[in-house]
Amino acid sequence: MSEKMPLLEINDLHAGIDGNEILKGINLIIGPGEIHAIMGRNGSGKTTTANVIMGHPDFDVEKGDVILEGESLLEMEAWERARKGVFLSFQYPQAVPGLQVGNFLRKSVASIRGEDEAKSSNFREKLANAMESLDIPRSFMARYVNDGFSGGEKKRFEILQMILLRPRLAILDETDSGLDIDGIRTVSEGVNAAIRDTDSGALIITHYSRILEHVQPDRVHVLLDGRIVLSGGPELATKLEERGYEWLKEE
Amino acid sequence: MAKNNDAREAVGEYKAGWHDPENSTIRFDFGLSEEVVREISNLKNEPEWMTEIRVRAFKHFLRRPMPTWGNMSMLEEIDFDNICYFLRSSDSTKNNWDDVPDDIRNTFERLGIPEAEQKWLSGVTAQYESETVYHSIREDLEKQGVIFLDMDSGLREHPEMVKKWFCSVVPFADNKFSALNTAVWSGGSFIYVPEGVHVEMPVQAYFRINAKNMGQFERTLIIADKGSRIHYVEGCTAPSYSTDSLHSAVVELIALPGSHIRYSTIQNWSSNVFNLVTKRGIAHEKSKIEWVDGNIGSKLTMKYPSVILKGEGSHAEVISVAYSGEGQHQDAGAKIHHLASNTTSKILSKSISKNGGRSSYRGMVTVSPKADNCKLNVICDALILDEVSRSDTYPTMEVANSTARCEHEASVSKVSDEQLFYLMSRGHSENESLAMIVNGFFEPFTRELPMEYAVELNQLMALEMEGSIG
Ligand SMILES: Nc1ncnc2c1ncn2[C@@H]1O[C@H](COP(=O)(O)OP(=O)(O)OP(=O)(O)O)[C@@H](O)[C@H]1O
Ligand SMILES: [Mg+2]
Repeated sequence: MSEKMPLLEINDLHAGIDGNEILKGINLIIGPGEIHAIMGRNGSGKTTTANVIMGHPDFDVEKGDVILEGESLLEMEAWERARKGVFLSFQYPQAVPGLQVGNFLRKSVASIRGEDEAKSSNFREKLANAMESLDIPRSFMARYVNDGFSGGEKKRFEILQMILLRPRLAILDETDSGLDIDGIRTVSEGVNAAIRDTDSGALIITHYSRILEHVQPDRVHVLLDGRIVLSGGPELATKLEERGYEWLKEE
Repeated sequence: MAKNNDAREAVGEYKAGWHDPENSTIRFDFGLSEEVVREISNLKNEPEWMTEIRVRAFKHFLRRPMPTWGNMSMLEEIDFDNICYFLRSSDSTKNNWDDVPDDIRNTFERLGIPEAEQKWLSGVTAQYESETVYHSIREDLEKQGVIFLDMDSGLREHPEMVKKWFCSVVPFADNKFSALNTAVWSGGSFIYVPEGVHVEMPVQAYFRINAKNMGQFERTLIIADKGSRIHYVEGCTAPSYSTDSLHSAVVELIALPGSHIRYSTIQNWSSNVFNLVTKRGIAHEKSKIEWVDGNIGSKLTMKYPSVILKGEGSHAEVISVAYSGEGQHQDAGAKIHHLASNTTSKILSKSISKNGGRSSYRGMVTVSPKADNCKLNVICDALILDEVSRSDTYPTMEVANSTARCEHEASVSKVSDEQLFYLMSRGHSENESLAMIVNGFFEPFTRELPMEYAVELNQLMALEMEGSIG
């Protein structure tokens, strides 16, 4: 761990919904330039962790703290966290019929990166390049946000937003699920370009080691029933994929 | 209601709620009688036959009971004795904004009318209280024989045409409010587009009520001759008062063979205005009538733009949105009658209810036994923003010919927390996110509007979404 201030620090986080505790004491530190991965079986609390970091209003934090660059996020609404640089690539991106992709991207960049950036010719160029690299056809600009997108198209569109919004902390919740092999490579390249050799960081939630082969995470954490029960290097991902999660219970 | 209006004004939600000092040149006392009806006709120096129609319509109005459907308890609140039926605020209609009285001109400037006129309109009429205070049309259109006048001038200058078509689409006995309008009508537009002429840029009418307890009863007649095209746009606003005003218009459209009439409305009355309007068009062979109807304001709106598909191969479209906030009821919809073969129709109705507002879709589509191969498509979508608001649909289809192809879809949805969270995670506040969802919901409607209107409507909805959460 570097001596610098951590990018993200999660301390003994307990959170739940309607009185049911889902996260039961999460501790996690991500340093600048680092990529971490979270794995864990269905229902272990991965998406909940992402939602709580992003500020989903349905979840109550009972204990602990989430700190981005020395500042607690807990009192902030989701949109304020976004402006502080938190980005979430959703496991299930939401459709907004009638809201055009181009319009939405411009507005989002304006609110997070500022009006000037959204208006600059630089932005258009960046958008065109990013769309090309992600294999998103130009015609998507006139479509409605996630409306009728295929599973893989939704995931590519999430990454397009990540590239344009240039977050400090990018959380990717199963962005690799539903992507084809080329898609996984493109997304990994996007993540590497956005995080490696920068002050930003990423948290990649996944069930598969393939994406992690491309991004080579600094740490892999295993979430079990709302707690991180094991952390290790990239080799842990391969071990989990081979052996499943059953053996962890015994340890 | 009074409290509601004050609150609305205080938070600035309704942007057109200011009022000018009242400088009327003629103002009738409150209340309605045969004398009032005759006096309006007399003031305007109308031909006998018009006075006669007015008086007959008035008698019908007296006899005719209130509708026994819709929001009957709200209708009961209308106090016909406490309404001013005629108010003249400028001695004549001007064709130069500089000649319009200062207060009135300022009001229209604040509403952006002269600016819009210069940028993207073929002609404008501006009605203030009972009469048109400003009117103009582009010279080239006039040279092509396009007639675009206020209805009073239309009657004076083209009495034979008005006599032929007036009440031909909406007879005065159609309903209580068409009878009232026929009895006391004043202002509105008279338009005739000659054969083959395409009016490319829209013409606009703007209606402003300024006085308290005012009744505005404009009357519009549009005749599109063979193969012609016209797009008519209307807007309307009023000051926010604690007492009610009444707006009751009648619009008649005649689309002769091969012509195309599009009639777009953004109704943004303040929430003390009863808006009870009859709009109907007759479509002859291969003609097309479209109503693009946005109802954002008013206390109670009852309006069902309709089309009688009389000629073979004619087409009707009614695209409407309604927004109902606190204390509001939008009872809107569409009526289409397929009387001829190979006629097609499409109804798209979208409504949003918020803060206890109520939106109703009331639609009727009929196919007569002789009309073969008709196509009907009805879609109504409602979006409800909270637990206290309400939406109802009353769709009716009477199809008496088995060759008709009918499609009907209806949906009621709510804004989901997940949708809001998704947008908020992209840096948009809760209200901005909601406005994005709402504007997206209205998008199939707004894309039919001239761009300037679409932008205005989106801003209007964004304002309405302010303070709606939390
Ligand atoms: N809004 C909610 N209401 C009630 N329970 C919830 C809610 N969100 C999550 N949970 C519960 O919390 C637990 C953790 O869910 P979460 O979505 O975080 O799992 P996950 O690790 O992301 O699983 P997966 O791999 O299937 O995506 C589950 O038991 C789930 O049912
Ligand atoms: Mg999940």
